[in-house]
This record gives sequence, C-alpha cells and structure tokens, in this order.
Amino acid sequence: MTDTTNTPHRHIPDRLDNPVKSAVFSWETLLVLVGVAIFTANAFASPYFLNEWSLSDLTFNFTEKAVIALAMALLIISGEIDLSVAAIIALASTLMGMAVQWGVPTPGLVAIGIGVGLACGAFNGFLVTGLKLPSIVVTIGTMSLFRGLSYAILGDQAYGGYPADFSWLGQGYVWWVISFELVFFIAAAIVFWFVLHRTNFGRRIFAIGNNALAAQFSGVRVARIKFVLFCLTGLMSGIAAVMLTARLGSTRPSIAQGWELEVITMVVLGGVSILGGAGSILGVVLAALIMGLVTFGLGLLNVPGIVMSIFIGGLLISVIALPILYRMWKERRQ
Amino acid sequence: MKLITTLAVTTALAAVLAAAPAYAQTRIALVVKSLGNGFFEAAARGAEEAAEEIGDVEIIYTGPTEPTAEAQIEVVNSLIAQQVDAIAISANDPDALVPALQRAMQRGITVISWDSGVAAEGREMHLNPSGNDLIGNTIIKLAADHLPEGGDVAILSATATATNQNIWIEEAEKVLPNYPGINLVATVYGDDQSDKSYREAQGLISSYPELKAIIAPTTVGIVAAAQAVTDAGKIGEINVTGLALPSEMAAHIKSGASHSFAIWNPIDLGYSATHIAYALATDAATAEPGSVIPIGRVGEVTIGEDGQAAMAEPFTYDASNIDEYSSIF
Repeated sequence: MTDTTNTPHRHIPDRLDNPVKSAVFSWETLLVLVGVAIFTANAFASPYFLNEWSLSDLTFNFTEKAVIALAMALLIISGEIDLSVAAIIALASTLMGMAVQWGVPTPGLVAIGIGVGLACGAFNGFLVTGLKLPSIVVTIGTMSLFRGLSYAILGDQAYGGYPADFSWLGQGYVWWVISFELVFFIAAAIVFWFVLHRTNFGRRIFAIGNNALAAQFSGVRVARIKFVLFCLTGLMSGIAAVMLTARLGSTRPSIAQGWELEVITMVVLGGVSILGGAGSILGVVLAALIMGLVTFGLGLLNVPGIVMSIFIGGLLISVIALPILYRMWKERRQ
Repeated sequence: MKLITTLAVTTALAAVLAAAPAYAQTRIALVVKSLGNGFFEAAARGAEEAAEEIGDVEIIYTGPTEPTAEAQIEVVNSLIAQQVDAIAISANDPDALVPALQRAMQRGITVISWDSGVAAEGREMHLNPSGNDLIGNTIIKLAADHLPEGGDVAILSATATATNQNIWIEEAEKVLPNYPGINLVATVYGDDQSDKSYREAQGLISSYPELKAIIAPTTVGIVAAAQAVTDAGKIGEINVTGLALPSEMAAHIKSGASHSFAIWNPIDLGYSATHIAYALATDAATAEPGSVIPIGRVGEVTIGEDGQAAMAEPFTYDASNIDEYSSIF
C-alpha cells in the first residue's frame, strides 16, 4: 500500500484564479454596478427618463464615439495611441461633402468616408511603424494636418445637400426605436470582442503591449500588427464620420471637435491600461454606456455642461482610483 | 430591515414627487451657444423677466460647455425627451442642428432661433437682435468717428465659422467705401478664446505699425484686444472698438483703450425671444411672413419674407453712459 499523504505534492491549478471569483471582482462588474446605479438614479430623478424614445435618443450621445473607442482600445492595449481620430472625422466628412457637390450617390459617399479614414490611419501607421516615430507625436501632428486640410478646403463654408438615404445611416431606425447606429455599434463590438479575446491576433496585441521586444523575439510581427491597428482605428473613424455626417446632415471643419479625448476617456474608463497590455472590449462597451447615461441623465435635469464635465472627470478618477485604494487597503491589513 | 426598506422606498417616492414639474406651465427652453458667457446670462435675465410678466411660464436656461453643434444637439435631445413646449436657440451651427430641431418640431415643440440663426427648415422663425447691415455699418462707424484723418484698421473676429460674425464683417466691408481714408488691412480670428484673441491682437499691433483701430465684433475678442493695446503701451494710438458687454469693457473705456463700442441689449433679446416663443407655443400668433408679434415693453416685431425678424438697432456706449449700464449687464 502506498501512502500518498506523506509525499510532498503541489497542486497546479488549470487557471490562476477561480473563474467565478475573478468575474465577481473584475473591473467589468464594478462598471456594471456603477451603470446600474446611474440608471436607477436617472429613473428616480427625472420622470422623462424611462421612455423608449428617451432611451433611444440617449444612444446617439455615444454610439459614434464608442465605435472609434473599440479600435482605440486595441491600439492602446498594443502600447500606442491615436490622437488624430476626431481630425480624421473632419477630413473624411469634408471629402464626402465635396463628393456630394459632384453628385456622388450614397454608396459612393460611404466608400469615400471609409476610404479616407483608412488612408489616414495607414498614414499614421506608416509614420509610426515605418519611420519609428512615437505615436503620440505623430498623431498630434496629423491631428493638426487632417483638420487643417478641412479648414483649407471649407474655410467658413459648409457642405450640405446629402441625399435622403444617406441621412438614414445617422438618423434612421432599423426596428422600432433601435437606431442603425446602435445596431452597427453592437455588431462591431461583437466582432472586436472576438478578435481581441478569441484569436491569435488578439493574443499578439496583448503580447506587444506587455513587452514589444519579447514579442518581437517570439516571432510576432510587431510593426505589421501595429500598422494594421492604426489602419483599423482610421477605418472606424471613417465609419464614425459617415454616421456623424449623416446625423448632422452637413459638414463644417469644426465637426467632432475634441472627440479624441472623449474616446480615450471611454477606453480608459473601460479598464484598458493606458500603458498597454491589459483591457477588455466588454469594459469599453460598458464605459461607453455609462458615459451616455451620465450625460443624458444630467441633461434631463438641465444640469449645466460645466457640472457635467466635472462629474465625468470625477467619475473617471474615482473608478480608476477605487481598485488601487482597495488593493492598498488590503495590503496594509496583511 | 423591513423598516429600512420601507423608509428607503418612501424617501425615493417623495423625491420623485418633489422633482415632478408642474404640468400646467408653458415650459420654454432658452438654449445658448455655451454657458458661462456674460451675454447669454444677460439674455436669461431678460427671459426670466418676460416669464414673470406672462405669469404661467417656466424658463429652462441651458446650453453646452463647449460651443459645438454636437454638444448642442445633445442638449436639444434632452429637451425633446422632457417634452418642453418651446425651444428658443442661439445656434452654434446653422445647418448641423436642423435634423435635431426638425425632430423637435415633429413632436409638437415650437422652435425659434435668436441671436445666431438656424437654417429656415430647422425653425419656425428667427429673431435677429438687429439688422446685419446696421451692425456692419455700426462697427465701421465706431472706428471712423474717432479717425477724422482716416487710417489703418483691422478686425479681430471669433471663429472662422461663426455665422453672425462673418455676416457682420461682410456687411462692414460693403460700407467701407462710404468711409474714405478707412483702410481695412487684416481680419484675424481669436476663436472666442481670451488667450488666442490676445495673441492675435498682439500680432496685429506688431505687424501693422500704422494701425489706428482694432474692431472686434465679439465680447471676448474686444476685451483681449483692449488688454493687448494696454500692455503694449499703445493707449491713445490704437482705439479698440466693436461689440461688447458694458460690464466687461468699463475699465477699458475709463483707461482710454476704447473710446466707444456698441451692443444691442441682450436682456431685451432674451425678453423678446421668450415673448415670441410663448405667443407661438400657445397659438396666440403664427410664424408666417407678415405676421406681427407684440414683444411687451420692446414693442413688436414683423416677420419678413425669409422668416426672420429684427428687434432693434445696436446702441453705442461710451464714457458718458458706461457706469449706468455696466452694473446691468
């Protein structure tokens, strides 16, 4: 008879953490709780909040920015950043407006918007990966360049006269109160979730973000993947430009001014490490929802926008600080 | 535990009941380009005055932090959700707000624009504070009055896309030939930001040594330009004029950096917009060309063929009356 109790043996778990426990204590759970709290507060604070059209209008406050945030999340996880996304919207929208004047129909306009976005993203990607320039410097530059081109083309003028079926992309509803923008965002979120969390490509993005050099020596084509991510961010900015232009029905060079910071706020609030290497698509989606809920809820109460931006800033800092404070408190107790 | 639950529920219910608005009132939303601007604060005071006069009106004074069309659309969406009776808006963009405002009109909300207009299909009527031609003429005249010998003048505007500033500059350029000797050398844009406007004014002072006047048809720009002239020690050489709030310019009138400037009364503007919005929302008047709408103590406006109406002429402020008005707005 063998006595196993005396042999020293070590239990090696399949996973590092208990999956249930890690799900309960995750960032996403915290975001869900914050979201539910804000939703409940909104419902109590305003009699107009729980109305299907109010909730539908609410989604327009964040869908376009959230579409860009999906791609931005991948880029930030890989350790890069793109500050030119709002400027890409301006340039894509301006060139679509120009095409309208030449009588280009809706499919052509959409192709131009997406194509310009992709080209701008590829340009950023080339400067960062081809010329090995830091992405923050490159995209501050292209931010001025792309928007500057819009101002050069349009000045104080506006392009309008977009066809009616084009407007549907920004104002139309697929079914009942479910807008096309919302449907597109959900579909895109599922695709991005699959790419980031269920493919080799996604694993490589995390590897690059954690240690680009180690990833390089492990056979990951770092530069190529980063280039693809810049193209992807440009592409999503182009799509956002199509939807925003369709929603506004006109183009001015000041379109989407300041959106780059709101997109990055969504990504960071969603739990993506600004240093790269960590994050999830679910978190970004939840953060987008929370920002929509906060701005719309405070809007219903006619809270001045100044208070609103203070609130968003406070939310961002507290949601990021809470887990760190919790960890410090736990370490001190041990 | 049960007691706590009961308490929590009743407190929440009480909060909801307390927050519920009185439905009998006519709710008029005064939407401005951005909050924290003295001009719009004054307009809101006028709106409150009109609301008190009419009696049965609640004013919702609101606007975004950033003067952008996208942020203003979010404000309009929340007003649609609140089912207000009327929206009176000073728009950041004449075209981009049209779809959102059309949706408001489809849901039975009266929409008018004032100060900075919306394209005709996005509102029922537009209230101009004054005639654009009158303003364009006034800003040149203000400079010319103090330049009997003529001289170089420059314009410091807000953003290159600001609707009303561009129209006024266009009108000003039209009347220039009526003022022989007045030479417009440059038009620059300070984006309605104090620091950028200040730098642009400094640029004008150093680029044009013969400059005799800076015309800024924006309250942020004129204050920044007056400060730049003061800091450069050019008081008496360069006269700063344009459109501004008396309270913000009082010090510069007294120092001599500005001889005079003009503005319509923003209090009257908010007051008139509220009267018109109320009349249209309660069907006491219709927004058709030719229809005459009484606007309380200011008089009445007549809607023109283009769906626009002009309130009054801009008023000139100088050392003789600045003290009286700077305490008002």
